[in-house]
Amino acid sequence: MSDITARVINVVAEQLSVDATEIRPESSFQDDLGADSLDLVELIMAMEEEFDIKIDDDAAQKIKTVQNAVSFINSLSK
Amino acid sequence: MTRSNPPRRVAVTGASLLTPVGNSLTSAWAALVAGQSGVGPITKFDPTGHKTAIAGELKDFNPENYLNKKATKRFDLFIQYSVVAAKMALSDSGLNPDAELTEKMGCIMGCGLGGLSTIETNHEVLLKRGPDRISPFFIPMMIGNMGPGQVAIELGLKGPNFLVTTACSAATHAIGWAFQLIRDQGYPAMLTGGAEAVITPLAIAGFNALNALSTRNHDPAGASRPFDKDRDGFVISEGAGLMVLEEWEHAVTRGAEIYAEVAGFGASCDAYHMTAPPENGQGAVLAMRAALDDAAATDLSLADIGYINAHGTSTGLNDLIETRAIKAVFGRQAEKLAISSTKSMTGHLLGAAGGVEGVITALTLKKGLIPPTINLDTPDPECDLDYVPKVARRANLTAAMSNSFGFGGTNGCLIFKAHSC
Repeated sequence: MSDITARVINVVAEQLSVDATEIRPESSFQDDLGADSLDLVELIMAMEEEFDIKIDDDAAQKIKTVQNAVSFINSLSK
Repeated sequence: MTRSNPPRRVAVTGASLLTPVGNSLTSAWAALVAGQSGVGPITKFDPTGHKTAIAGELKDFNPENYLNKKATKRFDLFIQYSVVAAKMALSDSGLNPDAELTEKMGCIMGCGLGGLSTIETNHEVLLKRGPDRISPFFIPMMIGNMGPGQVAIELGLKGPNFLVTTACSAATHAIGWAFQLIRDQGYPAMLTGGAEAVITPLAIAGFNALNALSTRNHDPAGASRPFDKDRDGFVISEGAGLMVLEEWEHAVTRGAEIYAEVAGFGASCDAYHMTAPPENGQGAVLAMRAALDDAAATDLSLADIGYINAHGTSTGLNDLIETRAIKAVFGRQAEKLAISSTKSMTGHLLGAAGGVEGVITALTLKKGLIPPTINLDTPDPECDLDYVPKVARRANLTAAMSNSFGFGGTNGCLIFKAHSC
């Protein structure tokens, strides 16, 4: 597991109050991890904090899984 | 007003207490009749620099048996207290609302200040890190009606749902209107009472600016001393007190245990000053008289009142003016009344006070035991009634009153009647 994946999983675990061991790269925030629309807003904010990045609304709309988030963050560092 | 004929009666069939003297009905009641104080040094934040360093904090509050981890994080403390106390009260009532009942059963609560600590935290974020860092949960954690709102979500109660924010009389008003919705409009049951959680730097600073709080920091247990000559202000505290009110026949039909009957409710306003009561206590007098008039429908009269759970905040003005108001309402009977301020032990739960004290008043009737006013070492010469000093007292009571008065001059009074009568 990449360092970025592990960090995203930690943020998700903390924000959504779920056990990190239950979170997989393909986990959907809403379908698998019980997030509602407000949770998603806060989750995106927490990722911005963790990685010191800006995720605009269009990008945020497309981040639905852990892997989506990891891919987006990777795309910024290239 | 559409009253049924004969009027419907309203029973208290469940109750809960989350207070500095105990986190359950049983433990809080045991502490109250033993005359124990729940006041101690503030631990919720470092009070250095504040004139007051003491408060009535809940001890070992653990919401885990009632709330999941995510809800705990998303609820301001006052919402946590609201939901936990609501679940405890409903469980205590033995009422298991079915689909038909949940469509009518509501939740009406009182709270003075709402999610103040959430405001403080988010305002700091706003100033330090900018508007984009404000949590989407800020507003839903902070607005006061999210207390009864979350209670309804957790318990599925689809009836009337609102928050009363009349400062320190809020929960008394909430119970009063819940009572009237059942009696006058035919609702079958209501969860009602109050919750408050504002032991925060901003609240302490604000009440200190009004010189409203006791600064007896060296003696926390002796700081709340209603009707005592050396009282120097109220002690802020936190928690919740809720009750299940139920239409009488509904309660009897299911074999519910009944703590007491709610017999009357009165409300008034001083129309005088932001924070001070008028010298003659007219607003308090009007509220007590209105409650007595309201209770007349249950064949209850002034002579039946044997106990008053006083507002009794331990401020110079309140205790003096409340004493005058009681004398004005009761005349010579005032001398025969047992009066106590349980705030001497719990501290002042602000908007939740009327909920806690309403529950205590119902329990007093049920158990025939009056909790005392502790710390009453040297009675104020102008406070010369029987305040049940220091030691609980056995009494066979017919009916009792619970007073609440709030900033803005808002007043509320509830009358409860013993079930056996």
